[in-house]
Amino acid sequence: MAARSAGGRAIGKGKRAPCPTGTGPARAARWPGWHFAIAVATACGITACRGGTRSETGEPPASGRYDLGRPATSAEVAALDIAILADGTNLPPGRGTVAQGAMVFGSKCATCHGVRGEGVPPNPRLVGREPREGFPFGRDGKYVKTIGNYWPYATTLFDYVRRAMPLTAPGSLTNDEVYAVTAWLLAQNDVIRGDAVLDAAALREVKMPARDRFVPDDRRGGREVR
Amino acid sequence: MSARHDQHGGENVAGDEAADAGVSGDRHTGPTSPVERGLTRRDLLAGAAGAVGSALVARVVPAGAQGKRPAAAGATSVPAASQGAAPLPVTEVVPTVADVLPDPTKAPGLPTSAHGARSPFVAPVRTPTGMLAGSSLTPLQDLAGTITPSDLHFERHHAGVPIIDPAKHTLLIHGLVERPMVFTLDDLKRFPYVSRVHFVECAGNGRAAFRDPKNETLTPQRVAGLSANSEWIGVPLAVLFNEVGVRPAATWFLAEGGDAAVMTRSIPVAKAHDDALIAWAQNGEPLRPAQGYPMRLLLPGWEGNANVKWIRRIELGTAPWMTRWETSVYTDPLANGTARQFSFEMDARSVITSPAHPRVITPGWRNVSGLAWSGRGVITRVEISTDGGRSWVDALLHPPVLPKAYTRFSIPWQWDGRETLLLSRATDETGYVQPTRERIVAVRGAGTDYHTNHIVGWRVASDGRVYFHGET
Repeated sequence: MAARSAGGRAIGKGKRAPCPTGTGPARAARWPGWHFAIAVATACGITACRGGTRSETGEPPASGRYDLGRPATSAEVAALDIAILADGTNLPPGRGTVAQGAMVFGSKCATCHGVRGEGVPPNPRLVGREPREGFPFGRDGKYVKTIGNYWPYATTLFDYVRRAMPLTAPGSLTNDEVYAVTAWLLAQNDVIRGDAVLDAAALREVKMPARDRFVPDDRRGGREVR
Repeated sequence: MSARHDQHGGENVAGDEAADAGVSGDRHTGPTSPVERGLTRRDLLAGAAGAVGSALVARVVPAGAQGKRPAAAGATSVPAASQGAAPLPVTEVVPTVADVLPDPTKAPGLPTSAHGARSPFVAPVRTPTGMLAGSSLTPLQDLAGTITPSDLHFERHHAGVPIIDPAKHTLLIHGLVERPMVFTLDDLKRFPYVSRVHFVECAGNGRAAFRDPKNETLTPQRVAGLSANSEWIGVPLAVLFNEVGVRPAATWFLAEGGDAAVMTRSIPVAKAHDDALIAWAQNGEPLRPAQGYPMRLLLPGWEGNANVKWIRRIELGTAPWMTRWETSVYTDPLANGTARQFSFEMDARSVITSPAHPRVITPGWRNVSGLAWSGRGVITRVEISTDGGRSWVDALLHPPVLPKAYTRFSIPWQWDGRETLLLSRATDETGYVQPTRERIVAVRGAGTDYHTNHIVGWRVASDGRVYFHGET
């Protein structure tokens, strides 16, 4: 189908009019006289491009800014800024041992994940290093992905447990408890020693067995199936 | 007690693997509780409350009773009113088959209603599992055209659907920006907006059909129902990024949801400058809670999980965060011992939605009809084979054919009553042709099953029964 542009100019099938400022498909390529604008806006929505948003009132603000919203306070940012980067940036203070983690896991996690982290269907298995060689998950679907055999970053484990677990009370664990349960899970997966103590510095140093297995998406469309 | 607790007891959980595969019962036969009936048409017309309880038909809920359990039959009171008097204080009318008259031209129909219920002869349903980390599937076989009714849009969430007061929800944008800012829903709606039609598709869509191609009882809902297509209204993310002054060094952003999963995904900033939106409306109304009310990220053509719902925070940075949802799941292990990561774009797919299992058809003319879409742009061609792949014909693509959106296709077909196999194959604007299952297994391996999109079809037996065919 040929999408109708705002001014009535047809845009060819499968083609998108280039946005004048390089942002997004512009369905309304050219803005008509402003007396048409209300009807056009109703039919198409206002075409917005970065720095090039137009409405019937004319040009966008010279700054490209609409002065909407309000500045965030540092306290607001700090309250939500919990994401841990893969290099360990933003890991909080605190520490936990494998033994402490066993206690946390037993009381907060085992109901859904099993006392040894073996999983209670349909809840996922967390523990298991097999198969240790070859990373054969693509070849055979029989292998269950676990923290030990598949997760590429230990920081992910800390971040995920802290924000989303346990399912019925997410965000309820203290940082020490998250360090501890992370330690227990890594130890159960033979990634760290059973007498290990985990804190920000130690977690940063953990290299997961599958770390080097991950590659960027190389699909690009076109005739080749990848 | 909230509805959620009523339904789930707050205890049930489900595995993400199962939910992404759409593992659940197929279409339920109807609502979980029988429609409770209130007053008869005759009662309404006559205003005779005393007649309640005899021949009960349409469920009528009086004003003020919305959202509550319908009153037991006979308990609903409607003020007596003679014909032609003031309107009855009725807000909801849910018709049943008992409202069918021998001749609907010889007696008035039902009164006006606050919401338009479906005909009692039409009952499309999703496939709820009743679980907190669950999914429900779009009933593709029951739909026409391309827009998915919002109440039938598939659901996929990882810690339940939050019910959010928009007055207490904000979007924080911070990190590598000149001006960390907080936006309310009202703020977002004051920015210039766009309206775009796009599909949303879970990365696990089609897993059941890929894993179990021999399962002849799969339906379109089970084969591809972790997808849906809507008109989305929202502010381009580029406009917001301009507002906060994203620094040139920023190459990735983290999108974080305000649900109990506190869902997080890392997204390249380039997507914001392409076509990403913060959507606040869908199909003519605010987002439904299961689709992210009051605001969600929409990344046209990209795997559903990255389209973070209930979005509350965006952080600009220089590298992906490697969240759980982009490492342990939604990655594609390959036969060569690697795992493909950040497989955002959904490859072209098509599925015939009619005829399909469990339909039984008769010889003669009918439409072979279905849906096709590509995360890389416009569908340029859908071919249909009615002879198991020996020959292919181009299907009609029904306008509008939009980029990264469902495209409806059909051909008229005359079935001669002999067993045959119906297949469809989509091509998108990049020249990509939907592959067979065999081809995907050859290039990726048999053990990988996210982002699959293989050709599927339907075997029509000589008795008219239609069965899923996934071994292509």
